[in-house]
Amino acid sequence: MTETLKALRYTALAVVAALFVSAFIIVITDIAALREGDVLTALDTLRLAYWSLFKGSFGSLRAISATITGATPLMLAGLAVSVAFKAGLFNIGATGQMLAGGMTGLWVGFALDVPGPIHVTLALVAGALGGAVFGAIPGVLKARTGAHEVITTIMLNSIAGFLTLWLLKTEAFKREGRDDAISKLIDEDAKLPRLFWFMGTRIDLQAHLGFVVALACVAVFWWLLNRTTTGFELRATGLNQEAARYAGMRTRSLMVVAMTLAGAFAGLAGASEVLGLYGFASASLAGDIGFDAIAVALLGRSTPVGTAVSAILFGALQAGGRQMQVNTDVPIDLIIVLRALIVMFIAAPLLVKAMYRLKGEAQSHGQTFRGWGG
Amino acid sequence: MTQPSVPSTTYELRGITKRFPGVVANDDVHLTIRTGEVLCLVGENGAGKSTLMNVLYGLYKADEGELHIDGRPSVFHSPADAIAAGIGMVHQHFMLVPNFSVAENVVLGAEPMGRAGTLDIDRARAMVREVSDRYHLNLDPDAVVEELPVGVRQRVEIVKVLLRDAKVIVFDEPTAVLTPSEILEFFEIVRTLVRAGRGVVFITHKLKEALEIGDRINVLRRGKVVGDADPATATEAVIAEMMVGRPVQLTVTKGAAAPGTAVLDVQGLSVVDPDGRTVVDDVSFVVRAGEIVGVAGVQGNGQTELVEALSGLRRAASGRILLDGRDVTGDSPRERHAAGMGHIPEDRQRQGLVTDLTITENLVLTRYHDDEFSSGISMRWDDARTVAADLVARYDIRTPDPEQAASTLSGGNQQKVIVARELSRDIRLALAAQPTRGVDVGSIEYIHARIVEERDSGTAVLIVSTELDEVMALADRVVVMYRGRIVADLDPRTVSHMDVGLYMAGSRPGAPAEAAGAGARGAATAR
Repeated sequence: MTETLKALRYTALAVVAALFVSAFIIVITDIAALREGDVLTALDTLRLAYWSLFKGSFGSLRAISATITGATPLMLAGLAVSVAFKAGLFNIGATGQMLAGGMTGLWVGFALDVPGPIHVTLALVAGALGGAVFGAIPGVLKARTGAHEVITTIMLNSIAGFLTLWLLKTEAFKREGRDDAISKLIDEDAKLPRLFWFMGTRIDLQAHLGFVVALACVAVFWWLLNRTTTGFELRATGLNQEAARYAGMRTRSLMVVAMTLAGAFAGLAGASEVLGLYGFASASLAGDIGFDAIAVALLGRSTPVGTAVSAILFGALQAGGRQMQVNTDVPIDLIIVLRALIVMFIAAPLLVKAMYRLKGEAQSHGQTFRGWGG
Repeated sequence: MTQPSVPSTTYELRGITKRFPGVVANDDVHLTIRTGEVLCLVGENGAGKSTLMNVLYGLYKADEGELHIDGRPSVFHSPADAIAAGIGMVHQHFMLVPNFSVAENVVLGAEPMGRAGTLDIDRARAMVREVSDRYHLNLDPDAVVEELPVGVRQRVEIVKVLLRDAKVIVFDEPTAVLTPSEILEFFEIVRTLVRAGRGVVFITHKLKEALEIGDRINVLRRGKVVGDADPATATEAVIAEMMVGRPVQLTVTKGAAAPGTAVLDVQGLSVVDPDGRTVVDDVSFVVRAGEIVGVAGVQGNGQTELVEALSGLRRAASGRILLDGRDVTGDSPRERHAAGMGHIPEDRQRQGLVTDLTITENLVLTRYHDDEFSSGISMRWDDARTVAADLVARYDIRTPDPEQAASTLSGGNQQKVIVARELSRDIRLALAAQPTRGVDVGSIEYIHARIVEERDSGTAVLIVSTELDEVMALADRVVVMYRGRIVADLDPRTVSHMDVGLYMAGSRPGAPAEAAGAGARGAATAR
């Protein structure tokens, strides 16, 4: 438990350090004020910026809803990266897996004609399956031929992107009366219910039940890792593949299992975006989420709870960043800088240790894959 | 030998105390290191030898105590300070770039520059050649490190240290990775270094070696210097007692074997490595219930591959492996476990353990899928913890908490985890590869006793060890491997160490012999 606390402390300190550096950036980029020599105004901009960041992420029900909306796909895609990390694999393919899951979920969402709750459940399952199949491909390739998953997942991202674009132009998916790559709308009963349905039909409360799905997946991931033989095998393989093989574990099959699971999580991320947020699909469905998910997993040290918490943090930054941009002249791009800084400080525990003069051995707390070999 | 003599220097550690959370690694240690002599630092794993040397080398900062050089107080903030003060360190795990040449490795970090800042590789080569000649290291500057045997890699490390002009060289367990013939060569190098006026600190837990090479011996136990020994008069038993804190049984006590039916029957087994070389060549032998068969041989003569083929980690090119009369040649490691094969692998950190997992998790690493610990895919960790706690107690695994990572254990205790896991199962055959490599005296005694106990309970035991003493002491029958073949099947009670040594080197006692050195070289290239 103390290990966990120590790791948590490093993570928290990294976030604080990143906020501090960002503050510096906000002040020195407030050119208008600084040119006048008006440091106080610049500092006030900073105060307002960080206040807006907070207000926009947790300050109201609307803000919380925005945070949750942003966090939902990040959490699911973050799990997709985390589960692969745990098995010693680097899954850069969350984007592609999201597209695959988004499209299969979408199809079930508009093509099937079944009653309400069953429909949305089926659509989610289809999303998970679509992602799982797409995620399994790099796993099988690695197990069979040794092809490195970093290369194959990157290429599969492109394949998924163009495949989606093509599908969206086919008669089966294309929305009638539209020439651009935009899909049909899903059936009303395939939609994921709003999380704050009891607040009436307020248009600004976009958070949907996908968040609950994500939390359930976090629980499943935790249970899998800590309470099952498969999870034990995944962890052992990720930490020492040679020893896992010695212990009789089928390490090649485990690669496929890990990537299939990863794909299922990412597929759910895609499906929950389609079924919960958009109601249709476009080629930009996955956005940058697949890549941000890597940062989420790193920040969360690939643990279930860590991944969940860092996804919420990233969702909050995104939501708060929009508010910040509205209230001040600080562009939302600062959020990208802030996130980059957080990842940088996580990746460089020695730096954090030196800054805070912490005692004890510094070690990287972000478990990643082990090199390019094998 | 005309060499610039090294100015005599004395390094004195006074009252060094170094604490880590939960342990005092060094407790008021006083130590004097002089140039021109060999100081042996002996102690069990975890006694604080490496910590002490890391303090000396500037890697750790002592909580208390001082360092004096020729009587003047000094402080090392980093290894750079220590190097500047004339201290060199050869770590147990070499710090070399495998695909660089010897010359490139040696100058790494202090590259001689040519014009326009390019690497002057010719000068680097000349530097290596010069040091190599002066100390008879016999190094080829252009050889690629990954192709060199371990003993030669160690010499590359020595050249690195010498080029940084070390007056005192600290060797951390230098012989742990060496073959018997390499150890002899290593001792020659140490003597040459000392004759040239340099000092050597030799960290070891092999008492025989300390007695052979040391000018002085300091014994550490639980972070304290518990005594000095004079190699001229001390005996292994005396030093072992100082190290462990109680009288230690250095020889194996065992009764006569009562061999039963054949448990392991290996018939014409051959193994081909990925490069297409036959590394195990038509090997046949039998291990019966209740007997220990030892495989002797210089490292790299196919023993590793033999064990991996027996345990299912490597495919047999031809031949059959019968376990209790059943053909298991095509079986997976898991199926062989189930059939009653226990396996103590030769490299505990790489194969035997997942060091980042907890001790409990490692104790069930090969049996988590048994009904005892899981139902379906659901693990029952409570049951695993109960069994682990019992094993920790029964096998004397020294840890405050089995829920800690296995990496927190000393080498000997890590090995005990593996022994506990593999021998506590109901097994028919125990494969033990290098069961006591890098393990302290107290643990060796314990592990040997457990293996003999296992034999007496009717298990067939196959021991593979490059330590001839170990094979001769434990085995009821000794087979010798040379270049992938079994060249002798001997009775350890009637054959001399010398004769087994000759078989190991590829010659035949009494016959016009191939030179022993040629055998060792053959072994090196066979790797």
